[in-house]
Amino acid sequence: MNSSIIKFGVVVFPGSNCDHDCFYVLRKILKQDVRFLWHKSSSLEDVDVVILPGGFSYGDYLRCGAIACFSPIMKIVIDFAKKGGKVLGICNGFQILCESGLLPGALLRNRSLKFICDNVNIRVENNTTIYTSAYKQNEVLKIPIAHGDGNYFADVDTIKMLEDSGQVVFRYCEPDGNVTLNANPNGSVNNIAGIINRSRNIMGMMPHPERASDEVLRNIDGRKLFESIINERLL
Amino acid sequence: MYLAKIFITLKKSILDPQGKAVHHAMQNLKLSGIEEVRIGKFIEIKINSKNKDEAQKITEEACKKLLANPVMENFTFSIEELLT
Repeated sequence: MNSSIIKFGVVVFPGSNCDHDCFYVLRKILKQDVRFLWHKSSSLEDVDVVILPGGFSYGDYLRCGAIACFSPIMKIVIDFAKKGGKVLGICNGFQILCESGLLPGALLRNRSLKFICDNVNIRVENNTTIYTSAYKQNEVLKIPIAHGDGNYFADVDTIKMLEDSGQVVFRYCEPDGNVTLNANPNGSVNNIAGIINRSRNIMGMMPHPERASDEVLRNIDGRKLFESIINERLL
Repeated sequence: MYLAKIFITLKKSILDPQGKAVHHAMQNLKLSGIEEVRIGKFIEIKINSKNKDEAQKITEEACKKLLANPVMENFTFSIEELLT
């Protein structure tokens, strides 16, 4: 098999609804090996990268992502992640990563109490990660968000730790890259839109790069995120 | 059989926009003297256990592992015996 092809696994929980978008981008646009991983499955099928997609796993009951953490597959995903496996959580996937303790903090109800479905600008705060290496540092991207609970929160010490060690990967900003209160759609601390763990293998983000990867949609700002992961293998 | 009544509340340091919105509505209703509204969850679980201590332990574990998120929530509970 071509060594430049990466095996992606997209986890499907009851209520996931961005799983097919991720699958489509990886298979049809980026020509990678990608498969769905059912939440009851007890194997990751030797994938290189696990994606926890967006959606409303288990109807967002109790708290967004809380029930998904205890799906059979999450036990293996957590083991995989703790051994350094690459795990990317998008939107509901980010909420699941926080709930399972793989990433610090939590995603609270949007400050406005409204579900927001919109294009927002985010700035690449750290382009040295495996998920962002194809972007320029401080590059401004237009990426859609669609969430009711995307208000990132962590205590002061955790935020300081994230900021000091370059773990904030994306921040909501104005089109010119300025990080302002006005550009913050949901009330997230320090306009945080995406973070990575200390070992740099687990990333969570609220915006949807898979919805900005096909030229038909006239916005491919998200595609480089997936290309970063693929290029990593070639280096 | 025991009944655990669990209260889950947002930590003091967490802004509660839902509570704020409800507070506004109360002000519109001209309800006076209400200083603050905070919204949480109330959960009841029935437990089949040997004794109250065990029911207590099970409830505590359920709260810590699933029902409350320690990043943003606190929990308290009481346990009563159900007469069958």
